[in-house]
Amino acid sequence: MTPEAGWIEGKHERDALVFNAGGAWSMRELARLVREVRAALPSRAALGGRTRARIDLNRLSFLDSSGAWLVADTKRRLEAMGVATEVVVGRPADRALYDRVEKSLARIGVLKSPARPHPLLAALGNVGKTVIDGGKKGGELLSFFGLSLVLIVRAMSMPWRIHFKAVFKHLETTGLNALPIVGLLNFLIGVVVAFIGAVQLKKFGAEIYTVDLVGVAVLRELGVLITAILIAGRSGSAFTAQIGTMKVNQEIDAMQTIGLNPIEVLVLPRILAMMIALPLLTFYADMMGIAGGAVMCMLALDISLTSFVRTLHEAVELKTFLVGFLKAPFCAYIIALVGCFEGLQVSGSAESVGTRTTMSVVEAVFLVIVFDAFVAITLSILEV
Amino acid sequence: MDAANVIEVRGLVNQFGPQRVHDNLDLDVRRGEVLGVVGGSGTGKSVLLRTIIGLNRRRSGRISVLGVDTEAAGRREAEALLRRWGVLFQDGALFSSLTVAENIAVPMNEHTDLPKDVVREICYLKIGLVGLPADAGAKYPSQLSGGMRKRAGLARALALDPEILFLDEPTAGLDPIGAADFDMLIRDLQQSLGLTVFLVTHDLDTLVSITDRIAVLIDKKCRVGTIHELLQDQHPWIREYFHGPRGRAAMKE
Repeated sequence: MTPEAGWIEGKHERDALVFNAGGAWSMRELARLVREVRAALPSRAALGGRTRARIDLNRLSFLDSSGAWLVADTKRRLEAMGVATEVVVGRPADRALYDRVEKSLARIGVLKSPARPHPLLAALGNVGKTVIDGGKKGGELLSFFGLSLVLIVRAMSMPWRIHFKAVFKHLETTGLNALPIVGLLNFLIGVVVAFIGAVQLKKFGAEIYTVDLVGVAVLRELGVLITAILIAGRSGSAFTAQIGTMKVNQEIDAMQTIGLNPIEVLVLPRILAMMIALPLLTFYADMMGIAGGAVMCMLALDISLTSFVRTLHEAVELKTFLVGFLKAPFCAYIIALVGCFEGLQVSGSAESVGTRTTMSVVEAVFLVIVFDAFVAITLSILEV
Repeated sequence: MDAANVIEVRGLVNQFGPQRVHDNLDLDVRRGEVLGVVGGSGTGKSVLLRTIIGLNRRRSGRISVLGVDTEAAGRREAEALLRRWGVLFQDGALFSSLTVAENIAVPMNEHTDLPKDVVREICYLKIGLVGLPADAGAKYPSQLSGGMRKRAGLARALALDPEILFLDEPTAGLDPIGAADFDMLIRDLQQSLGLTVFLVTHDLDTLVSITDRIAVLIDKKCRVGTIHELLQDQHPWIREYFHGPRGRAAMKE
């Protein structure tokens, strides 16, 4: 059964406009009906001084709320032209629907188009908003840093209050489970550094310095940096998503009502676990990077393992290793802090969890690199 | 299929692992009625709803909605069917990244080629129809109260002027006044828009005040009747449900 398609026809009677509507006025054909009805509306000039109109719905076979909206909209347009419009509805069910729709539209009132500022102004406004938001966030992160320090000191004085079970769980997920990927990537980095060194230094006949290059680059910078960036992407994001989802589920509220401090329960174990795991991972990464370098030296430069180790021993001091290694706990603090901070900033929706997770990774990587550059510059000024 | 039935369920079997939820269940929903579906926890009320609207694959049985067999329907037919029903999930299930007005516009933008200004006007018409204030349109779901989210969800369900409205516990989590208002809204819209309503609920007041017939899910099947017929039923669960303290309180009015 296909219902008769909706139609409208306009007639200009002597003193009034008459619109006869028939068929099914429904959402299904609304797009076409809107065009036809708007085409049937007379221009102001064609009105010819008529001040009354009648929309006759007697021949409708079906009317739904969008059809009723179209009738009401037409009436509104006619009245805006100064034509008093009367709607004649045939069937009582349609009457009830039409009245209801008209009442709802009256309640909502005339919709104002949202004001759009000039695009240049909007861009300027966005810049300003970003700067202010960035500043605000910096302040909040700083105060969260302070809060975490206070709680760490307190936890140290009452070590039995530390949630060791959680610490170990996070040690496993952020540390142990990251071993394969951290190892593989750093091995490859070692290979790449050795390869670049080999190609470039061969020009000067100084390929033996490839060993120095690998040793210094991996131990001092790359080992810790690559590992920190990897862990920020791997675990920092997980912290944000975990805490954020708990926030959405109101688990954090529940904790507070039970008397658990969410920072103590959720944030501290993560920070502690990260500060233990990242230095260990960094040491492991250093070793893997050097192993990668050694393999490359053997294959491409015919430097045997024993001579590699001997040269490395001369080239690298303990200081070189320590400069890299001691950066790890600070990077760990940054990653865990940012991850937890962004997790706690999640508000209400699934989308917010996504945005905050992205932000967490971006900020953590950014801060880790800024911190690393800061250390490098400071050390070079101090000539260490 | 009986022309008066908009939904026909025959011999439906649903099973999750070893647990059989529905066993040879038959159910008819007649055009223009409000059918309430009740049952204890775990009797598969929501599963039944999800199976009818195609979110849950059935083990066996036949379901036809508006004369279309939902399993046998082709892509085009199934899509046409989607336009003819609206679903309100428990907490509204609004898309959290969109404003209320944008949420209501989603089905229209997907299924029609209406001009933007018409879509906007109709969005606000629906906002008005479900009794939300106009300024709710620009708000995000997280800025609304639970009751307003349900109304917004209802507005989205009504966006395409469906013939059937599926409601999953529409009054759960609302205060009694809000729940009574929502009941009246559903009844009112059902009458003025000529809807058939499939209503899963726990709320006895809702059952008493707005349903025409009630389907009780027991023993993996369902028993359908008006409230007066069910009051005579001797099944222990039904007796306890309608004759318990809450049932009596709801019936008094």
